[in-house]
Amino acid sequence: MSEIIKVGMADLKICKSPDGVTTLGLGSCVGIAVRDPVTKIGGLAHIMLPDSTVIRNNSNIPKFADTGIEALVRQVVSAGANRGRLVAKIAGGARMFAFQGKSDMIGVGERNVEAVKRKLRELKVPILAEDTGKNYGRTVIFYPETGDFVIRSVGKSETVI
Amino acid sequence: MDREINLDTMSAEYVDVLKELGNIGAGNAMTALAQMLNCKVDMKVPQVRLLEFKDVGALIGGEEQIMAGIYLAVEGDITGSIMFLLGKDSARHLVTKLMGMALEGDAFGEMEMSALMEIGNIITGAYLNSLATITNLKIFPSVPSLCVDMAGAILSVPAIEFGTLGDKILLIQSQFMDEIELDGYFIMVPDIDSYSKILSSLGMA
Repeated sequence: MSEIIKVGMADLKICKSPDGVTTLGLGSCVGIAVRDPVTKIGGLAHIMLPDSTVIRNNSNIPKFADTGIEALVRQVVSAGANRGRLVAKIAGGARMFAFQGKSDMIGVGERNVEAVKRKLRELKVPILAEDTGKNYGRTVIFYPETGDFVIRSVGKSETVI
Repeated sequence: MDREINLDTMSAEYVDVLKELGNIGAGNAMTALAQMLNCKVDMKVPQVRLLEFKDVGALIGGEEQIMAGIYLAVEGDITGSIMFLLGKDSARHLVTKLMGMALEGDAFGEMEMSALMEIGNIITGAYLNSLATITNLKIFPSVPSLCVDMAGAILSVPAIEFGTLGDKILLIQSQFMDEIELDGYFIMVPDIDSYSKILSSLGMA
């Protein structure tokens, strides 16, 4: 019997086929799913902010794109995934409100997506697919078995990337 | 004085002050709502909580629950933002009441969205007014912005702002009863300097 493991905000979890990982209601945060297609070990991180180095209180590793993705990769590898075979899919980074808070918070969704891409490029993990930006929330479910990244939004039909 | 305000390690005394400000603000907001709807609105004592990010979704009934969020920036002596969140059914009820007719269909149309924006504007305005009066600080709200979507997605916006300060979010839950029970939430996100300003204006820092 397979299980779907829930990932909260500023959180990350790894899993092995046939289990899946999910995170609900991604807004400006970004969900990063990685897997090794051979061992079918994968994981999902739900990051909130682009850069841990500009925040003084930065001990919460899965909160940031840079430290969160590093930890995600490290954990799937130690669970048995092959570092060189890892591939990624990403979703989220929406701009939920036409106007968004303090000036430095404007476009935090876009900045999160950029930071995620930069980090994955640096770690040489290719991005196979993405569903990012726009102005709506997304629930995502990732299955390391097939690599399917299922995306649900309000008033839209379910998509698989 | 460079005092570091951190919600995770803030003293219980400070949290109590922020809670009390939240209570008073929510009370005033509900009074404004009752006046606008021209009816009696009963209110329970607001619950003020300092929550971990991961627990917020569960408290408001699940990350995927559809809610209406009204969000505005705050400028003046303090800066930051404030959000008022309302469950979909509560939002529909209030809009119906304000417009004096039943809504058709399930989605919010342009008229309903603008009515909702007005409700949010009045509620957050009353909330900020009471905060300004108590602290004797100038507080100016911006034009509000509205979003109807999954709770988790809406909450990601203030959560990210809190995220730059720490790992917790300050949430004020105000339950009020009209003909049906309605659930509303306030989330106030002052930036780091504003915390000190609010507290020192009350003689706390």
